[in-house]
Amino acid sequence: MDIIKKYPKVFQWLFLLAVFFALCFAIDVPETYKFIRGQAEFVKDPNQSTFVFLGKEVRYYAFDVFWRLPPLLGWLPIWINDSLFFLMNEWMPMEFWNEDTQEFKTRPLLLQISRNLTAFMTFLIELIREILLGGLETIVAFTSWDFIDAYPWAELPGLPWTIVAAGFAILSYKLSGKGLAIFAGLTMVYISIFGQWKPSMQTLSFILVAAPLSFAFGLGLGIAAFKSKRVEKALYPILLVMQTMPQYAVLVPALVLFGVGDHAAVIITMVVAVPPMILLTLLGLRAIPPEVIEAGRMSGCTNWQLMFKVLIPTARRDILIGVNQVIMVCFSMAVISAFIGAKGLGFNLLLALNQLNIGLALEAGLCISLIAILLDKMSLAWANKQIDYFGNLTFYQRNKNLIFFGGAFIIGILLAYAGSFYFKEGFNYLFEVPHNKGISTADFWNKGVDWIFETFFVYIKAFNTWLIQDVLQPMRALYLRMPAVATLVLVVGAGYLIGGIRSALVVCALTLFIALSPWWDRALVTTYMATFGVIISCIIGFTVGTLCFQNKNSAKFMLGVCDIFQTFPSFVYLIPVMMLFGITDTSVLIAVIVYATIPATRYTIEGLRSVPAGLHDAATMSGVNKFQRLTKIEFPLAFPHMMLGLNQTIVFALFMVIIGAFIGTEDLGQYILKALSDKNGAGIGLTLGICVAFIGLIFDNLIRTYVGKRKKHLGID
Amino acid sequence: MSEAVIKCENVYKIFGTNAQKMLQEANGNVDAKTFQENGCIVGVNDASFEVSKGEMLVVMGLSGSGKSTLLRCISRLTDATGGKIFIEGQDLLKLNNKELINLRRNKMGMVFQSFALLPHKTVVENIAFPLQIKGIKTEDSISKAMDMVKLVGLDGRENYFPRELSGGQQQRVGIARSLAVEPDIWFLDEPFSALDPLIRKEMQDEFLRLQEKLQKTIMFITHDFDEALKLADRIAIMKDGIIEQLDTPANIVLNPATEYVKKFTEEVPREKVLTIEDVMDKTNSESSDLKVLKDEIIENVAEKILTQEKSVSVIDQDNKIVGSINPSKIIQTVFGGRKSNS
Ligand SMILES: Nc1ncnc2c1ncn2[C@@H]1O[C@H](COP(=O)(O)OP(=O)(O)OP(=O)(O)O)[C@@H](O)[C@H]1O
Ligand SMILES: [Mg+2]
Repeated sequence: MDIIKKYPKVFQWLFLLAVFFALCFAIDVPETYKFIRGQAEFVKDPNQSTFVFLGKEVRYYAFDVFWRLPPLLGWLPIWINDSLFFLMNEWMPMEFWNEDTQEFKTRPLLLQISRNLTAFMTFLIELIREILLGGLETIVAFTSWDFIDAYPWAELPGLPWTIVAAGFAILSYKLSGKGLAIFAGLTMVYISIFGQWKPSMQTLSFILVAAPLSFAFGLGLGIAAFKSKRVEKALYPILLVMQTMPQYAVLVPALVLFGVGDHAAVIITMVVAVPPMILLTLLGLRAIPPEVIEAGRMSGCTNWQLMFKVLIPTARRDILIGVNQVIMVCFSMAVISAFIGAKGLGFNLLLALNQLNIGLALEAGLCISLIAILLDKMSLAWANKQIDYFGNLTFYQRNKNLIFFGGAFIIGILLAYAGSFYFKEGFNYLFEVPHNKGISTADFWNKGVDWIFETFFVYIKAFNTWLIQDVLQPMRALYLRMPAVATLVLVVGAGYLIGGIRSALVVCALTLFIALSPWWDRALVTTYMATFGVIISCIIGFTVGTLCFQNKNSAKFMLGVCDIFQTFPSFVYLIPVMMLFGITDTSVLIAVIVYATIPATRYTIEGLRSVPAGLHDAATMSGVNKFQRLTKIEFPLAFPHMMLGLNQTIVFALFMVIIGAFIGTEDLGQYILKALSDKNGAGIGLTLGICVAFIGLIFDNLIRTYVGKRKKHLGID
Repeated sequence: MSEAVIKCENVYKIFGTNAQKMLQEANGNVDAKTFQENGCIVGVNDASFEVSKGEMLVVMGLSGSGKSTLLRCISRLTDATGGKIFIEGQDLLKLNNKELINLRRNKMGMVFQSFALLPHKTVVENIAFPLQIKGIKTEDSISKAMDMVKLVGLDGRENYFPRELSGGQQQRVGIARSLAVEPDIWFLDEPFSALDPLIRKEMQDEFLRLQEKLQKTIMFITHDFDEALKLADRIAIMKDGIIEQLDTPANIVLNPATEYVKKFTEEVPREKVLTIEDVMDKTNSESSDLKVLKDEIIENVAEKILTQEKSVSVIDQDNKIVGSINPSKIIQTVFGGRKSNS
């Protein structure tokens, strides 16, 4: 009894586990149960039961409700589909003037809005694309095809690649200095001579449209949320869900609303990129010392002046960090959007992966990675750049960079002009190196992959078989063996023990949503893969982080490595693993592990670093050795921060598992991928996305609550 | 006393969701404890006072006693929960947004405890900021700001950013900024508390010099009694939101209104507060040749008086003898009087 009083928490947890296992053993697997491949799919099966909701038939397999809850939310995807269809095709028909046919036409309002939005986005993207690459569409948009026929010279010429490269180098120099400038220059030259210029510029133009728009919306909404509690409350759940929503689950509804192509991708990218901007704007504005705001007020600022002359400039750094986030999200969306037909590097990558041409995929992937690093470094440099006083500089000093760019511009045009004489036949390499006409190392890589396969096939295969048969299959079977009620009890109990009744309710609602959807089994598979990945990642990340922390330089180096790896769009990680392990679950899991190890490592190092130096000295003075210091002082204090790392690790792992569906897994991601090619996929895709987001949020809620309590307990903030 | 520039009537500031309602129910009898039990924090409790033109009122009190809150009410950075505030006869709480902005642009200046400079602007731009907000042309505002830079002795550093300045220099920028629009009313919230003693003394002297020249109506918050004595025309002592006593320094020391004020002023060196008049004998006994003015602070003339053996005559402005003072009285005041007086 005394022991129970001493460690009440431990006993509560033990009790919870006991209940969980008791439930697991008490509830038998129904005889008819097998992993359901077809639940709620559109294939009829005589074993299925049905119920009708709002005139829609929902099919499902009936089991003991303790074993699997009935999919009462099975109607949700259908309902979403129908509503979308109704909104797009029937709601509020209105008369609109049609320019082409010169007459009024009746169209539903939303369809018209979507069309206009689409046209506008297309125009913007084409405009920037044609500035970079040349073309006719922009001119056509203002005139007509007849005009172009009459005046064949009327097209945007496009910039020679040398000018764009010089522009990047000069901008990098201005933002950061020589190092970044050289990196920028080399990256651009690499892209060009390896024949990736066109797709890269397509991707870039995508970002140049999506990022500023996302920035503007994010800033605006962030300000609104800062000013009004009500707006903030309304935005909060959306922000929360979007943080854990896999990026490509949102692509599905985009298809229905805006169709296929760059414009749809840009619009949907904004949906993903705006939330982090809102968060960082809010964070930055909140962090302003109240006295600065009061000083602004006392200077007699109107609200408008206060916002734009005091608040936003003061929060500059956080807002620019937001810009960095926006750019990175846009970039990774630009890659993933290839699924809905956006042009650019992602499209090439997808194509290469589909053809299993690893060499080509690797080249595209490398390009993507280089651009990602470049964009990340440039935007971070912008955020960290301190404004300097330049009132007392000469005209030349002030406009040095512009003058240099002007020079580069002229030289670039002269070069391109000269090139047009030199490269008489074929292509003007000083203007643009066409796709597939640059140097290609694809063959080399393909041969390398073949060689690896031939040489190590036996070992890889053996490892693969062992992992799948002896580790993954049993684990998966265990997860699927859990009765739904037992899982629910476990999760809700954990919520209650960690955060009290409030947490328990939140977690319960989230879990119930998944359990009542038709995809509980799939969600279990997703969770099992993510769990496996997270466990391995945490072990690796924790060990590597702790080891690196022992030395200042190695810690810094490791953080730098994490920074770089984190900028890569998740899709890129699939290339090397496919190269080594082919198309198996092992590939996906290894990609998951690599990707999720990044936050695990980073947060371990950061957590250990955040232990105040004073405590170090105090500990050393009281005569503890290095190991004792680590276990007795540093770990306990760094623990909350490391738990936040776990949170990130889980989110990263989930994202990768979902994207892994591209290689072929039997989880929620597979269905999202299917929904992408399904005319009626919007509802399913969205619901699936929400399911994944909720899995993330369950862990997020538990961990955050725990960390909050722990931090309070330790007295750190 | 001339007409009141700042006038407060029963000002209350109570933080909390249903502060308004609770205040009404309390019927002018606000008790911090019961309010706290109901989730409300009392910031300012029934403050009534006036500050006349050219006067410097110093507000003192322990941390959390509501000094800053009082100042924020008067500058309307927060809205008072109850009571009335008049600035030069205008009812502050009735002003609409536009009038309030006008008032701040032309009449009020404020210096903040933590400087509150704009990090993205240089010294001179920071100082010119209120002028530019007012809509004054850039060149004019910059040249005006340069005058202010010179006034606070920062010439040569006008193009520095706040991050490149020391605390004392930043506070000078804050002072210059608050003076740029030539306000009539000047609020200073612990302006020197972040500075080291040497710089603080320097700044106080500079502040007095400025005030001599500018003759503004000032409310000044400080924790430091020495500072208060050096600067104040009158001192207000606050505790838990209540103004315990508002009087001249000498009166506060000699006749503390409450136990709290008495304890608060216990350690204050008398010779720094009291004038000759406060301790002299009204009788005109045999005296030496030395004459002292009755309004002199004891500290300033103590040495002179102590060189005398006999009593010293005390005179008023018109050179009329109004009393005398014995050197032993001075010794008593400086060394012995403190505890026995109280
Ligand atoms: N925005 C606020 N919300 C709630 N309570 C507040 C708020 N601002 C101040 N208070 C409370 O009002 C009381 C008075 O605070 P105030 O800042 O006026 O004290 P102060 O006398 O200026 O103290 P200090 O010398 O530390 O500056 C404190 O108890 C404080 O907790
Ligand atoms: Mg204060």
